[in-house]
Amino acid sequence: MQFHSPATFVEAAALAAEAQGVTRFLAGGTDVLVQLRSDMVTPDTLIDIKKIGGVRDIKLNDDGSWTLGVAVSGAEMNEHGPLRAAWPGLCEAMDLIGSTQIQGRATLAGNLCNGSPAADSVPAMVAACVTATITGPQGERTVAVESIPTGPGLTSLEKGELISALHIPARGENAGDAYLRFIPRTEMDIAVVGAAVNLRLDGDTITEARVALGAVAPTVRLVPEAAEALIGSTLDDGALEKLVAACSAACSPIDDKRGTIAFRTEVAGVMAKRAARIAYARAKGETIEGHHG
Amino acid sequence: MALDDRKSQFLYVGTTPDRPDGLDKVTGRAKFGADAYAPGMLHGAILRSPHAHARIKRIDTSRAEALKDVKAIVTRADFADVPFAPGLEGEFWNVLENVMAGDTALYDGHAIAAVAATSALAARDALKLIDVRYEELPHVTDVDEAMKEGAPVIREGAADYSVPEGMHPNVVRYHESGHGDVEAGFAEADLVIEDHFVTEATHQGYIEPHACLATLGGDGKGELWCCTQGHWIVQKTCAALLGIETSQLRVTASEIGGGFGGKTTVFIEPVALALSRKANRPVKIVMSRNEVFRATGPTASASMDVKIGMKKDGTITAAEGVFRLQGGAFPGAPGDMTAMCAFAPYNLTNVRQVGYDVMTNRPKQAAYRAPGSPMAAFATESVIDELCKQLGLDPIEVRLKNASHEGTKASYGPRFERIGLVETLEAAKAHPHYSAPLKPGQGRGISCGFWFNHGGETSVSLSLSEDGTVQLAVGTPDIGGSRASMALMAAEVLGVPYENIRVTIADTATLGYNDVSHGSRVTYASGLATIKAAEDAVQRLCARAAAKWGIPEDAVKWENGCAVPSGPNAGEFDPLPLAEITATMGQTGGPISGHYEATPEGAGVSFATHIVDAEVDRETGKTKVVRYTVVQDAGKAIHPTYVEGQFQGGAAQGIGWALNEEYIYNDSGRLENPLFLDYRIPVASDLPMIDTVIVEVPNPGHPYGVRGVGETSICPPLAAIANAVSAAAEVRMRRLPMSPPRVLSALKSDG
Repeated sequence: MQFHSPATFVEAAALAAEAQGVTRFLAGGTDVLVQLRSDMVTPDTLIDIKKIGGVRDIKLNDDGSWTLGVAVSGAEMNEHGPLRAAWPGLCEAMDLIGSTQIQGRATLAGNLCNGSPAADSVPAMVAACVTATITGPQGERTVAVESIPTGPGLTSLEKGELISALHIPARGENAGDAYLRFIPRTEMDIAVVGAAVNLRLDGDTITEARVALGAVAPTVRLVPEAAEALIGSTLDDGALEKLVAACSAACSPIDDKRGTIAFRTEVAGVMAKRAARIAYARAKGETIEGHHG
Repeated sequence: MALDDRKSQFLYVGTTPDRPDGLDKVTGRAKFGADAYAPGMLHGAILRSPHAHARIKRIDTSRAEALKDVKAIVTRADFADVPFAPGLEGEFWNVLENVMAGDTALYDGHAIAAVAATSALAARDALKLIDVRYEELPHVTDVDEAMKEGAPVIREGAADYSVPEGMHPNVVRYHESGHGDVEAGFAEADLVIEDHFVTEATHQGYIEPHACLATLGGDGKGELWCCTQGHWIVQKTCAALLGIETSQLRVTASEIGGGFGGKTTVFIEPVALALSRKANRPVKIVMSRNEVFRATGPTASASMDVKIGMKKDGTITAAEGVFRLQGGAFPGAPGDMTAMCAFAPYNLTNVRQVGYDVMTNRPKQAAYRAPGSPMAAFATESVIDELCKQLGLDPIEVRLKNASHEGTKASYGPRFERIGLVETLEAAKAHPHYSAPLKPGQGRGISCGFWFNHGGETSVSLSLSEDGTVQLAVGTPDIGGSRASMALMAAEVLGVPYENIRVTIADTATLGYNDVSHGSRVTYASGLATIKAAEDAVQRLCARAAAKWGIPEDAVKWENGCAVPSGPNAGEFDPLPLAEITATMGQTGGPISGHYEATPEGAGVSFATHIVDAEVDRETGKTKVVRYTVVQDAGKAIHPTYVEGQFQGGAAQGIGWALNEEYIYNDSGRLENPLFLDYRIPVASDLPMIDTVIVEVPNPGHPYGVRGVGETSICPPLAAIANAVSAAAEVRMRRLPMSPPRVLSALKSDG
């Protein structure tokens, strides 16, 4: 196994472009090292990107948007007061992953690139319109995060490409987000269903909304029909009913050890409904901690 | 032992000092299975079958052997160097077949070959170079399917004499017992309910994986360090499997990170010894969690039918049950014990129970706290709950009306001596939990539970040091704070402070034979032996005092840690403290020790009653246990907080079993969830605070009244939680685990 710790993303991309066999980028390592030690994936090339300048930075830009380095851990996000105040749903989604020890290492970019349909932070990122800068042999490009995972364990990144930064939009006024997942336990588990809702109000009326679901399809799914069910409503029972129906209709899950098709399809709507209520309350300025599970 | 022999006033017993091993464990100084190293040590790894059932056509180890890091490879076929003893019979054959497959892989995870190499990574990589050609065979993993005509046969001829003619060859043991006339009893009933219940296999879930370090020379002399609940059974089994003399293998038990019954047999130990003998180097093997799940013993899974008749006043007129248990690819599922425990809490005129032990293509089951009893209680206590509900009766009153008591002819045969079931029911009824109001959406369940408890072969040796401190050697690995309990009992007899007694788990070379730490036997049997060994030492201490004072030995008694004259006629002498006697013991007759060896028979059965409140999320089917109270008869609690720990541990494991834990096999017969992510034991935040009430109805068979407490605590939870969830969901739950998809589906079908 070749181990590299480059000083720049350009160098990292060049190393990856030239590498033979299986290449993995190492940031938190909470997937890569687990897969290595359990003999699932033994990379031929391991490129440590934690030594690159700025990868641990959480930066508030002048326009109110945020730029996050790729090695920022879940714990760092959740200990960052202003970020947590702006995007509580996204931060909570990240906070749900793993134990305290894992929280000290796990990253948003890693969660995204691992390609799991059940990744907790991904529906929250998708709902929040997070974008990613990708550095590769051809230079840089910026894409919506939902375009990166393409199936279980798969991404749209080309050989030599890696994420070099994540961008969270400015929160703006009268807006809130929330993420809820269903697990059979209370923590230390993997989502059977995940639902993220991000919305903005004008008075009591929802004017913008994005709804994303996890663990109900081969990739995290943005559900425009679910957003449409909310837009123009005051989150009345009729709107919630439509939201639930739209979410269930968007599901194409599998039967597996973690849940059945019927269960996931039904509970996706329940999680979305509960997340919408939390996001709505947050948009109205009410302080609400996520109610998980 | 007579009742009036029993002590009831205590100085040390009943106090709660810190456990002697506590500091070692919280500082990392304690040595567990994987913490042993030896010069020149190799690392072993085991190749496991990916198939549920397959003929092993050929094993080619040549590519692996060619690696310079590989020092030995063993398989069953490799008789050139006799890695294992040929020609074994009975359970030794079963164990050998389980630790290293013969001509057929019998389950996903069955050991096929093993490698010893210079590093763990080299051993792992060498496994990939072993080529095995399999011929896949039809498989079966479900107990009901395995009993059906036409089901794949795991092994012809495995059934014993007990199995009636005409049963499928996979049915290997049959049990039937009871008394009275159940048909007549059902005819007397005002209501008869018969129902079917299913439980999945669960794993003991000990946090420490199996680990060992083995050395065996060509001279047949060996040393083995391993994580086990009983090193003498390891010694005996390994010696048989390797074809060496028992006494030539010295086995030392490491500290143990949980066992719960699952570490009462061997898995990797004979393999490590075989590799060591072949490589002529020490070999260490540490299982991964994947291996623990796939290849060590989970519980049996069960399919059960229970029928109970009741009068309108709550009197049970008859009870009948059929219990089908699968225990993997070998005989041993506790069909008999499940049947025998099922109705034991009740004083029944008419009762009949049948148990089947069935083989399937799954790992060989191992004991797990009160094997069979939790499943039996789930079926029986669910039916009683339903009868109470339909007849409008209070579930505790009904159980009190029918409860077994001293003199009851037990459902499984003998008459009960003094038992404490009624006392646990009365305490449960009086507990504030039982009358606390429930919130909307919550339900309350109760259940009784029963376990036999066990005595077993036991040796204890106690020696005094010249400074008056005490060394106590016991042979039962400490799986629940037993060193503290032993020290308290020795302190009580000797009258010396708890802190002055060091309790060691002796190895097989330094103490007589001891059965494993199982059957809730340690505080009872090793405790009894400790008391007797201490009394033996006291007798010698008194003899030294008598010699010093020049009076007869029977004129000296032991009081508060001192020899004193037994009465005014014995003479006037100042009390002689233990440390004064030991200070000069070299000159007064030599070292003073105490010993005791026996197989105590009076373990004393044990009962518990649990109260559970559960809440069901009707939109997701998710269950939360919101309140839990354990009431159990401990006979006499030697160390009350560790007794409470056993009560709480049983409840915690029961919550996992009831709600989320299960072995999930796919259509190919492969285990789908061999890791803690998808095999869901409860995490701390899943559990409520678990209240405990220690009932003390002394066991006539122990000098201080002790009854074992380790197992009974896991008997009621499955039923008590199922009854609570059924009440909250307003639909009877008949299958475990009550995972959210199952509860949601039940809510939809009946709701």
